[in-house]
Parts: sequence; structure tokens; C-alpha cells
Amino acid sequence: MAAVETRNLTKQFDQVKAVDGIDLVCEDGEFLVLLGPSGCGKTTLLRMIGGLEAPTGGEIVIGGQDVTKLPPRARKIAMVFQSYALYPHMTVYNNIAFPLKAQKMAKPEQQERVTWAASILGIDHLMDRKPRQLSGGQRQRVALARALVREPNVFLLDEPLSNLDAQRRASARDELQQFQRRVATTTIYVTHDQVEAMGMGDRIAVMDQGRIRQLGTPADIYNQPADVFVATFVGSPPMNLVPTPDGSLLLGFRPEHFFRHEGPAADGLKTFPFHVHREEYLGAERLYYGEIGETRVVARFPVTATTTAPPGDTYPFAVHDRDVRMFDAKTGERTDLVAVT
Amino acid sequence: MSAPAAVQPAARPSVPRYWMDREGILGPVMLLPVVVYIVALVGFPLVLALIYSFSDVTVGDQTINWVGFETFSQAMANPTFRLALRNTLLFTLISQIVVLVLGNILALVLSADFPGKRLVRFLILLPWTTPIALGVIGWLWLLDGLYSPIDALLRMIGLLGPDTLFGPGRNMLWLAQPDTAQISVVLVHVWRTLPLATVILLAGLTAIPQDLRDAANVDGAGFFRQLVYIRIPLLLPIMAVAVLYGIVFTFTDMTVVYLLTRGGPPVDSTQVLASWAYFKGIEGGNLAEGAATAVFLFPALAGVAALMLRMARRAETN
Amino acid sequence: MEGQRSLGAWAAIYATAGFFVLFAALPFAWMILTIFKQDSDLYVAANNPFVYNLPPTTDHLGYLFSDTLYLTFVRNTLIVAILVVIITVIASVPAAYSLTRLAGRWGEGLGIGIFLVYLVPPTLLFIPLSRVVSDLGLKNTIWSMVLVYPSFTIPFCTWLLMGFLKSVPWDIEEQAMIDGYSRLGAIVRTVLPISVPGILTVVVFSFALTLHEFVYALAFVSSSQSKTLSTGVTTELIRGDVFFWQSLMAAAAIVALPVALLYNFFLDRFIAGFTLGAVKG
Repeated sequence: MAAVETRNLTKQFDQVKAVDGIDLVCEDGEFLVLLGPSGCGKTTLLRMIGGLEAPTGGEIVIGGQDVTKLPPRARKIAMVFQSYALYPHMTVYNNIAFPLKAQKMAKPEQQERVTWAASILGIDHLMDRKPRQLSGGQRQRVALARALVREPNVFLLDEPLSNLDAQRRASARDELQQFQRRVATTTIYVTHDQVEAMGMGDRIAVMDQGRIRQLGTPADIYNQPADVFVATFVGSPPMNLVPTPDGSLLLGFRPEHFFRHEGPAADGLKTFPFHVHREEYLGAERLYYGEIGETRVVARFPVTATTTAPPGDTYPFAVHDRDVRMFDAKTGERTDLVAVT
Repeated sequence: MSAPAAVQPAARPSVPRYWMDREGILGPVMLLPVVVYIVALVGFPLVLALIYSFSDVTVGDQTINWVGFETFSQAMANPTFRLALRNTLLFTLISQIVVLVLGNILALVLSADFPGKRLVRFLILLPWTTPIALGVIGWLWLLDGLYSPIDALLRMIGLLGPDTLFGPGRNMLWLAQPDTAQISVVLVHVWRTLPLATVILLAGLTAIPQDLRDAANVDGAGFFRQLVYIRIPLLLPIMAVAVLYGIVFTFTDMTVVYLLTRGGPPVDSTQVLASWAYFKGIEGGNLAEGAATAVFLFPALAGVAALMLRMARRAETN
Repeated sequence: MEGQRSLGAWAAIYATAGFFVLFAALPFAWMILTIFKQDSDLYVAANNPFVYNLPPTTDHLGYLFSDTLYLTFVRNTLIVAILVVIITVIASVPAAYSLTRLAGRWGEGLGIGIFLVYLVPPTLLFIPLSRVVSDLGLKNTIWSMVLVYPSFTIPFCTWLLMGFLKSVPWDIEEQAMIDGYSRLGAIVRTVLPISVPGILTVVVFSFALTLHEFVYALAFVSSSQSKTLSTGVTTELIRGDVFFWQSLMAAAAIVALPVALLYNFFLDRFIAGFTLGAVKG
């Protein structure tokens, strides 16, 4: 068990700063998600923590020890790759035992540990198979068992669910989170999928262009986005951003907070004329696509809502002041930021 | 956790223990044997060949005296050298034109599916997979002055013998007359370089995306239209690769001439640069002139290498 | 398309294929026919050469093995080939790894440079090399070939292996490093076992190149006892102007056919190497 800390960590490829001075602390036992679009530097950051990539500058501290110059094997970490990187020439048993062999552990003890890890992941019956004989979900579990078997200080997971089909992914999210809670090992999880990030992370670090734009709990990230990037990257459909008449600010509000409002403007309520182009029926909810002035906006009605807004017309819509976030139109930063934890 | 914790050194290990992880050290160390080998047994001899050709070194007198271009002018003044240079160019040019034509036809046939194709491919590859010297021995017997089966065949179909197209004798004496000997050398070169060209062209043909062919079929393009407008243009780069290998292997070869005709008949009519360098340098003991002769192989190779590099760069950008 | 091929198209395919097969395989067919002919059948010009006019015999095959140095040539060739293969693998596997994984951007360029060395022909180097070989005291020994042959097997094999290693995912060895092994340990335990097919390709190719080589063998070795197949068969089985044709043909065919079979298994990989990756074979 150990906390992971990066201090002003930088990685430069040619002229591009893939990771640009990141200070990050992942607490002992925490499930931290690095979320961002592809090319934001999240995988590079993870690989530097793992020791697979040498930083251009800065330090990495794991469990109080500066490991910046140490090779991966000296860091007591485990990693699960997107591809699972199972050794194709070894059986499942040997795959899981491989990290123990590196420690020159005695054979009986190895067997005990492999059995223990395999039973946690429920793959006891697959021990003699080769990786190519396994399904995607089974491969993922073997990779997790191999990561678990030597009880590392830190788990590093690089998009471990992206190779699963959509149905399997939902249950794998659940299993993975339960697994992490159970072993209570510090986990850093890289993904570009906000559903995974929101659903599993204790905290989320939203990254873009090599920097962390916001670090916070899923609720913080969703409700109190630190800037326009986070506001539009998290949430689907993303937060609506409507410029104020003087153009200095952007008013941000979530589609589900945007509702039809007949009658006079009231206190604590902002009203807009919303021209609806298109309705999208999604079963549990309906989405209305349209414009406020020149700005494209989406409204989300739950299935329980009785009002509708048939396309082709303009309707009075409103949002509560408490649901509005304000951003500087030039810098994209929040301007109404109250203390965010 | 239930299982015992793994033992790890508590103190920070010293850096030298990790040399096996240092890419900056590991990279050069792993490359070193190959570099040493190439420098010592290709680079150094190449330089030595150049030094020899500017000296008067012989097997008898191995001291290297600098004589400038004298060895070159001496070598070039020899009529056999000029004949060898002409033969080398001519044999390469003619055989590779023939290979290009035949290779394309053969590759086209092999790109179709038909029963027995694997056997056909195996048999067609034989000339390339057989050690050159042993293949040439086979041809030596096929072209024998007295017992050539080719002659027997020609006699049977009435092309050889009294009052026939190829003359009155019983035999063609392929290797005993300058012109038929030259034809024989070219023939053997075609025979042994055709397989490689064919399989390279075949690989190129099968790499043409199926959807491109499907599109052409849907558009109603016939066999020959597809050939002219799709296959041949797409194949041009790979044809260049095939021909470049043929050029290298033919231009620099001495085995065929050495075993088939020993440069004759009667003397030197099929001599090529490489065989002439051997006869001069090794059998004649004139290392300087042999080296100077072989150096003439270099410009052609450099040209081919440059073209190869261009191909490789194009392959990378694709 | 394939189903609706006309009779004419079938005929054209088989006729063309047949013609080329005849051209390519003719010397071999003639070899095999010759091996079993009696002297008094073979050397009578009036005989039809395409049939056995007298009963076939294995006398000449026996002669090849019992009364010539053929087995010595085979042994020499095998010793040279095996040692050359070992040297080639030991040198080119680490080099190919270094060039694909550790060298970064200039690795590919350097790899192509090394590949181009393969195009430098023996006929350009044999004169200086024969001096080098005799200075080292290796003239007329099989060690001269053991020393020099890797200079042409290594470049092409390094290139072949580079192509192979590029298809092995980096994740695997990185995983091994995460799992507690050094870079070197990861290579030995994961990259090497996964690369066995690639290494096998290199083994076959360098073996075949060694068998093919003629020029260096001719220039370095003139004592009969140290000759290999390519020079031994073509010089020792011909005494002056006397050719022992049946034995000669047997000597050639016995080598040619197994090598051809081996080649066929690995053909696609060789071609991918020859075409510089422009075409996946």
C-alpha cells in the first residue's frame, strides 16, 4: 500500500510536451481515474509512473520513495495494459506465476499465491489454457490476477475495458470496482470513457494537452466543472454554453436542468426563447436539439416529464440560477467558483 | 493481505545493478557484434579492394606500392576487360528484360487459383532454391556437346541434322561456339533469377486490394483493361524491386560463367567482370588488377542501392 | 470470378504453368533420369536419351558415397552451415532487437543500411578477403568460411528479424518489465520465445545461403579435404575433362531437393524481407 505522487512531471517528445508539469497526489488505497481525450497525455503519465517512459523532468514518489530513476521492476507496481499483454507462449497458470518467478519465490509458495489470486478473479478452471483460447473477459481477469498476485503497492490500469463489448463492459466495471475495494490497493486508472470514470473513480483527474484541468470527485467534476473544457468533455450531451449579451461570459447549464417554463420570469430563474429543431426519443429520456439565438443547445426531459416541445417552434425555456455555472468567454475559466473541494 | 509480502531490498539499490535496463547502454551493446562484423569483413575488405586497385600488389609481391590510376588503365587497356564489361552489361540487360516479361506472365498465372498450384510453385522455385553451382552443373549436362537432350529433341522434331534449320551437324555444340555459349549463359541467368522475380511480383499482385478488383469488375472492366489500368500501374514499384535484385545477382555473378564456359569458348568470349577478376586476381595472382576489375562492379551496385533506398522510403510513407 | 472461368482460360493457365514448370524443372528431371543410367546406355549417342535403353542401376549412387569425398563435402558443409547459423543468430537477434526497440528513429534507417550490405557481392570482396584469410592462417580450412560467411548472412537476417520483431507487440516485454524482470530478462523470457518462428526463418535462410555460396569457397579453399558441396562437387567430381555425370547429378539432386522443400515453408517471410516491407508476403 502506498501513495503515489508526481512533482512537476514533464515529458517532451520532440517539440511536443505530452505531459506538461503535472503535480498529482494519489492517496493510499484510492481509485484515481485519469480521464481525457486521446493524446491528452494520460497514458504517457501512467507509463512514467510505471517506469516504462523516462520523464524529461520532475519526480515520481511511490510510498515515500523517489523512484524516478528506478526501472519498473524496482517500483513494486503492477500494470494491466489495454491489450492485456498476456504472454502468448505461456499457460494461464504460468502467466499469473510469472511475476513470482521474477522474485525467485519457492514453488509451493508460488502455487499457493497463484491459486489465491485466481480464486479471487474466479478463473481457477482456466489454469491450463493458453491466452488465445480465452474470451476477452477471461483475458482481462487473467491480467488482473497476474497484477494482483504479488500484492503490488500500486495498480496501473490502462483502458482495461476498452477491448470488451458494450454489455460485458458494464458488468466488468462493477467487478473491477468491487475487486479494487476488496484488495484496497492504490489504483490509477486511465480511460477516455467518462462513464467508466464517473462510475468507478474515487476521484477523477481530467486531462487535456498534457495538463490536469481539474481534479475532484465525480460529483465535483460534473457539477462544478473548473473550465469550459471539463464542462464540455464530461457529460453526454455536454453542458450547454450560452454567451451573455455583452459576450464576456458563458453561461453553462446541463441539458437536464433546462426545462420548459410558461408564465412570467421569476426570481432565481433565467429564461430563454428556445427554438427546437429535432427531437430524439431515447426511451428513458427525450432530447431536444435547437438554438438559443445562434448557440446550439440541448434539453433533456426525463420520461416522467409530461411537457413536450415539438420541433419547428420556439418555446420559453428556463434554468434555475443555482444550476448555472459561469465561465470567462476568453480564458474558459470558471468565474463564479466558490470553494471546491 | 493473506499471502506473505514479497521480499524487496529496502535500501535504494545502487545504479550499476540496473545496467540491464539502461537503453542507452543495452542498445549499442546489442548492436555491436553486427557492426564489428560488417566493418571488419565488409567495410575493411571494401577499402582494401580500393587500395589494391591503386597499387601493383600481386600474390608474389604483397607490398602495396601506390601507382595511382596505372592499374586501372592497364586493366582497361586489356581487350578482354572491355569484352567482359560489354558482356556483363549485355547479359544483365537481356536476361532481366526477359525475366521481367516472363516473370509477369508467370506471376499472373500463379495469382489464379487452380488445382496443383502448390506443386507448380514448388517446381518453379527450384532454380532459386538450388545452390547455384549445382544448378549450373545440371545445365552443363543439359547443354553437353554430345549427349544434350535438347539436341535430341531438336533432331526428333526435325530442326537439327542434315538439311534442317539449325544445320547439318548432329549437335548444336552449345558451349563450344561463342554465340550459342553467350545465349546459354543468358538462358541460365534467366532460369535462376526468374523465380525470385516471380514470387516478388506475385506478392505484389496479391497485395492489390480485393475491393479495387471488385470495383473494377462491377464497373465492367475486362481482363485486359484491368491489367493495363489497375494491375500494371500498381505493380510498377514492386516490378522495380524484382528487377533490382535480378540486376544485382546477374551483374555480380561469376559462378555461371566460371562453371558453364570458364570464360570461353575458345577464350574469353563469355568472360564477365566478376569471372575476369577471379581469373586475373586469384588464378593469375595479379591482386591489383583483379581488384581494379571488381571495383567496376561498384557503380552499378551503388545505383541499385540508391534506388532500393528510395523504394524503402516510399514503403515507409505508405 | 473463379467459378465461371471458361475452358479456354483453364487451358491457358495450365499450358503456361506447364511451360514454366518444364523450363524450371528440366535440369532436375534430367539429373534424376541420368543418375540411374548405365555407362553403356548413357554414352551411346545413337540411343534415345529420354528412356532407359538398359536397366537402371544404382552403381553410380554407390560410387558417389563410397569412392568420392562426397560425404566429406557433406560433413564440411554441415559444420560450416551450423556454425554460421549459430553466429548469425547470436549476432542478428540482439541487433534486430536493438534496432527496432532501442534505437529510436534512426533504427529503421540503420536497419536498411545493414540490409544494403547484403547487396555487396562476394565478387567485389573475395580478392582482399583471401588476403585477410591467409594472413589469419585460415587458408584451405573450413574455418575461413565459418569466419567470412556471416558477413553476408547477418545483414539480411538482421533485416528479416527486424520485420518480425516489429510485429511483436511492445506491451508484452513492457509487461514483463513491470512483472519484475530487467529489460534483458524480459527479452530472454518473452521476446525470444515469441520470436521462435522468426528465428527459425533466419536459421533456414542463413543455412541456405551457406549452401549456395560458391565464390568465397572457391577462392579460399583448394585442398580437397576442406571443400564444401558447392565447390567440391563441381571441381572434385570432374577429373580433368572426365565428368562422372551420373554421380555428379546425384550429388546435385540430393542437395537441391531438401533445400527446396525447406525454402518453400518460409517463402512468404523471405519475400516480405526482400520487398523491404513494401508488400506483406
